[in-house]
Amino acid sequence: MKSVLPILTVVAAIVVMWYAAAIGMNVKWAREQAARQGVELGFTELVADTWSQDRPRLPAPHQVLEELWNSTGAKILAGKTWSKRSLIYHGWITLSATLAGFAIGSLAGILLAVGIVHNKAMDMSVMPWAIASQTIPILAIAPMIIVVLNSIGIQGLIPKAIISAYLSFFPVVVGMVKGLRAPGREQLDLLKTYNASGAQTFWKLRLPASVPYLFTSLKIGMAASLVGAIVGELPTGAIRGLGARMLTGSYYGQTIQIWSALFAAAILAAGLVGIIGMIEKLMLRRMGVRT
Amino acid sequence: MTWVVLAIIVWAGAWYLNTRLANGPLAETRAVKLAVPAIFGLTLIVVWELLVRGLNVPPVILPPPSAIAAKFATSIPILWTDFVQTFVKGALTGYIIGCGSAFIVAILIDRSPFLQKGLLPVGNFIAALPIIGTAPILVMWFGFDWQSKAAVVVAMVFFPMLVNTMQGLADTDQMQRDQMATWNASYWQTLLKLRLPAAMPAIFNGLKVATTLALIGAIVAEFFGSPIKGMGFRISTEVGRQALDMVWAEITVAALAGSAFYGIVALMEKGVTFWHPSQRG
Repeated sequence: MKSVLPILTVVAAIVVMWYAAAIGMNVKWAREQAARQGVELGFTELVADTWSQDRPRLPAPHQVLEELWNSTGAKILAGKTWSKRSLIYHGWITLSATLAGFAIGSLAGILLAVGIVHNKAMDMSVMPWAIASQTIPILAIAPMIIVVLNSIGIQGLIPKAIISAYLSFFPVVVGMVKGLRAPGREQLDLLKTYNASGAQTFWKLRLPASVPYLFTSLKIGMAASLVGAIVGELPTGAIRGLGARMLTGSYYGQTIQIWSALFAAAILAAGLVGIIGMIEKLMLRRMGVRT
Repeated sequence: MTWVVLAIIVWAGAWYLNTRLANGPLAETRAVKLAVPAIFGLTLIVVWELLVRGLNVPPVILPPPSAIAAKFATSIPILWTDFVQTFVKGALTGYIIGCGSAFIVAILIDRSPFLQKGLLPVGNFIAALPIIGTAPILVMWFGFDWQSKAAVVVAMVFFPMLVNTMQGLADTDQMQRDQMATWNASYWQTLLKLRLPAAMPAIFNGLKVATTLALIGAIVAEFFGSPIKGMGFRISTEVGRQALDMVWAEITVAALAGSAFYGIVALMEKGVTFWHPSQRG
């Protein structure tokens, strides 16, 4: 709790810098508009104008927050939660693909990790590739998956979920293998002296020992899934989802719309990772780990 | 049908071979450790080729590896211009600016525990956000050419690098710092001779994470607009023209560039942090 004040200071500094940058980036447009109308702007008027343009180069924070409210809370109050202009609607499209892909990817990752730990041939064949896959930009296949699946008639949630799945798959495999191998020689030997079977060793030692590693990689996988779902919305000119909001925003120069979609994505990411963190804390406490 | 049967036979044969190798007496040797994943990778490619032929998969869905290799060989000039545009101009420039500025900021705020306490959680938080979403904004600000791609890369690598450097600079214990104090070492001496060397493993960790992020940022930013060259541009346009062999060739370049970039940084790490337990193995 001691770090609340420093964090608030840093956040306040960022907001101040943002407002200052908004003046700097929008002032040219404000001057041009004023010159066209033949009015001379005083300093305060100039500043006020840079913070309230319709299509600023950099919208001020309050403009973004206002747009966020208009496209979420205000829509709910107006009873139009699922209208096409509502960020809740677009956010849900992205969120559902993210969650579906994340569930598939992490489940498959855990299963493969279990196989790797118990089968030496699998370990030696697959593990180097799983590690190498972390160094290559696999996100680049996203457009191809969307278009190819689209051409055989699959569209909507599934292609995006597949991208999310393979992005979250590899981090989970690598983290989970590390976790399942975490028990040391001594602990494994102890179970041997108890005459524990392979299954017992797995359920009572390896799996519990892997939980902290699993959650660390689940957080990485979740963030990667969301990025995958957003990028998956770009190539086919999708009209739904946060990625599509950003793309249409950039086509029509609607900067405030891009920023609000960006904020919505950030809130979503923070929320999802936060939820995993909370589950982690609860579970580790249940298991008696002192943090 | 014969192709499919052949594919199954190849798969089973390679599986048997790898099982024998992995459980055999030579399993711990370097050669076998390299051979087993190589056999696995080769088998995947062969099975892919055989299945695509056997099941008559149309090339607009999945081209066979031989077609991709042929396309790769005939379009090396295009692939090279794309590589220079995206990797050298976009990703590498952004990587150097982003990691360099993050390093400098970490050193600058090193003397202020107050700022550190505030910036570390904020940096950690921002590092987990989908920064790639800033791409459309930065493309608007910096134009279609590589400058906007470099800007996206800077935004993506800055915070992971900052957080890692800050954590690395905290990676000395009281006893070591006391030792420097008994030698009457100044702040800068302590920084240069003790804390920076001790921070190197964490700094390189950040540098390695940033290599992948840099390439992803440069490629995805091109989906939002780019001149008529670049890996991301090529992927998105060739996908639209259903020339999937070219897309796969471009993906091969991306994979090679990514792992080479990572490998070079890892080699540098080996040279710099030769004293660290993880390198002495």
